[in-house]
Amino acid sequence: MTTKSRLHVPKAHARPGETPDFSYVQISPAGAVARPEINAPAGDIADLANSMVRVLDEEHRAIGPWHPHLDPGELQIGLRHMLLTRLYDNRMQRMQRQGKISFYMRAYGEEAVSVAQCMALRPTDMLFPAYRNQGLQITRGRPLEALMCQALSNTRDMCKGRQLPVMYHWKEGNLFTQSGNLATQFPQAVGWAMAAAIKGEDRLAASWLGEGSTAEADFHYALLFAAVYQAPVILNITNNQWAISTFQGFAGGEQRSFAARGGGYGLPGIRVDGNDFLATYAVTTWAAERARNGHGPTLVELVTYRGGAHSTSDDPSRYRPKDDYELWPLGDPIERLKQHLIRLGEWSDERHATLEAELEQHVTDSWKRATSYGTLTEGPRLDPDLLFEDVFKEMPEHLKRQQAQLRALRG
Amino acid sequence: MAIMNMLQALNSALDTMMARDSSVVLMGEDVGYFGGVFRVTEGLQRKYGEHRVLDSPIAEGGIVATAIGMAVHGLRPVAEIQFADYIYPAYDQIVSELARLRYRSGGDFFAPVTIRTPCGGGIRGGQTHSQSPEAVFAHVCGLKVVMPSNPYDAKGLLITAIEDEDPVIFLEPKRLYNGPFYGDPEKPAQPWNDHPKGEVPEGYYTVPIGQAEIAREGRAVTIVTYGTMVHVAQAAAHTAGIDAEIIDVRSIVPLDLATLTESVKKTGRCIVVHEATGFGGFGGELVASIQEACFWHLEAPILRVAGWDTPYPHAFEWEYFPGPARIIAALKSVMEAS
Ligand SMILES: Cc1ncc(C[n+]2csc(CCOP(=O)(O)OP(=O)(O)O)c2C)c(N)n1
Ligand SMILES: [Mg+2]
Repeated sequence: MTTKSRLHVPKAHARPGETPDFSYVQISPAGAVARPEINAPAGDIADLANSMVRVLDEEHRAIGPWHPHLDPGELQIGLRHMLLTRLYDNRMQRMQRQGKISFYMRAYGEEAVSVAQCMALRPTDMLFPAYRNQGLQITRGRPLEALMCQALSNTRDMCKGRQLPVMYHWKEGNLFTQSGNLATQFPQAVGWAMAAAIKGEDRLAASWLGEGSTAEADFHYALLFAAVYQAPVILNITNNQWAISTFQGFAGGEQRSFAARGGGYGLPGIRVDGNDFLATYAVTTWAAERARNGHGPTLVELVTYRGGAHSTSDDPSRYRPKDDYELWPLGDPIERLKQHLIRLGEWSDERHATLEAELEQHVTDSWKRATSYGTLTEGPRLDPDLLFEDVFKEMPEHLKRQQAQLRALRG
Repeated sequence: MAIMNMLQALNSALDTMMARDSSVVLMGEDVGYFGGVFRVTEGLQRKYGEHRVLDSPIAEGGIVATAIGMAVHGLRPVAEIQFADYIYPAYDQIVSELARLRYRSGGDFFAPVTIRTPCGGGIRGGQTHSQSPEAVFAHVCGLKVVMPSNPYDAKGLLITAIEDEDPVIFLEPKRLYNGPFYGDPEKPAQPWNDHPKGEVPEGYYTVPIGQAEIAREGRAVTIVTYGTMVHVAQAAAHTAGIDAEIIDVRSIVPLDLATLTESVKKTGRCIVVHEATGFGGFGGELVASIQEACFWHLEAPILRVAGWDTPYPHAFEWEYFPGPARIIAALKSVMEAS
């Protein structure tokens, strides 16, 4: 059968032992893509799905119509949030290796997605994240300690011990509860935005998923409902090229860009360099203005790279070249913003080192406080009675009986 | 014979069937180049090619739907759903389509699809990597549902499932992949090496679907169970010093009621143990069927030991898991009744 099969099977750009070849990534020069008016009809701006909005050029200058003209103070805040996200991630990965937490997922290499996009939105906008969007929590000011307590499933865990590490939420911060089931949040965000429109509010919703997750039916429901009702929503695809071991070709990326999926549903798709903090910020601002001014939803594809393993359960050296990330043509988002700030005369290697040390200390202090509320294996533990709570608002009799049974068992 | 863990046994079953039958194809998320997140399909794409071991888009509904189409056109797809917790996007294709093609077409169309999926907890997977959905599928007419508890059965049952002309939901208790689990997470993990069912023939053999197995003979009480709980029940009975007869159901649909009732008629006492949530669980079906056949032989009510009626929580994994303490309590209770 193998010899006569006519089935097309997508090929990865490179596998272990091969040389990475990123020629498949279509990259526009910085400043090259026009910035349409926010009321431009989807049909007139279809090109945005095939080009790539970029602002930072090879000399670290910000150029072109998408230059968001943020003041240096804002850029420094963005740099700080991205760096904190990375240092937090690295620490948590180490703590997982030491057995303090059961599992972890880093956002290494794609920090600009969450940080720049969150900064471009208002605190009142509702966010429906995927599991690699910890930067949203950090940018909205969630103390690291709270995130750590969740990862530790300890007595201060916002999820009361029910979820795997990284499955955060923050009601007051307008960050929705995360699911382990991929893509479910995407159409939910559309529904939230529809409600905002029904209520006549000035708020919008934004959601994220990975390029691999676009294969799920939920992705398509989201696009359809968003387009039909012109919901005030920003639908973001973090295209980090990989879904565990499966490269983006198996999600349909081989034929057309992910942003181009919007066109089929009549909503604009826009492709952006997701490692370019300024471009990502600018595109999100544009999409938000569209939504706020009644011009409907936008599909954003953020082209980036998953710099690390999928999770602490994964070993990428089994399925991709070791030097893949080093050769990724869009570089590293933190390094690029840092170089831009240096070029502006608003930053230096010394200031960067000082900031890094300060944030590292902050991570250490937060971890100390978080672990004082218990870890999976030591210290105070959540009350097992909690196991039965929140299944329903009022605990039914059968759960009360089971709760009593467990209490008796524990003596 | 070779010593195999459950992963190797499953891999060997797939390998055996792919070699024997060129219509067997594998599909699923990460199953191809990578060999699956649990490595059940390791090496098979290299051996049989990219056209017989397909990496799929992340779309469980699409995986099952295309598997149906392939099966209708003469292939024998074995689809992997990465975790049983992620099977629900395929629910409509399984329930409304896969299970009923034969019935609704008057027997003219059918789809011999095998759906393999890791189930069960005990690996700190939290609420989305721990579920045991056997009852959800047992309730659907037209699906066979099996859950092996050891490497020997895993291989033999998977071969039977692939050869079966009807769809089979093949549930793999992931806590057992690398070794039997006796219910105490503090004890070091044990490999399959010392377990008699870790001995697995290298080539082709089958274990029939529809036959339970007596995992341990005993006279005092019957424990009806399957999957991970077979081993936990054994440890519990041993600790309690109770001469329990332990029956590994293995095949949930069709159910081998004869083996169950014969044992219960002999012992006069019975408990049913499973890891899944108790309310509306498969244990209810087991208790009802046994009671209907054995009522006049029973010395005590049949009790169920099951997961609590809550999602499977990350931090309280071992409070949720129906471990030896709960099994022993139920055993004592049915032993004391007279
Ligand atoms: C419905 C569902 N199917 C499968 C999985 C298992 N799974 C978890 S992450 C993942 C890969 C997702 O890749 P992508 O969407 O690209 O996100 P990334 O990990 O790259 O951020 C898979 C298959 C899941 N969590 N949910
Ligand atoms: Mg991805």
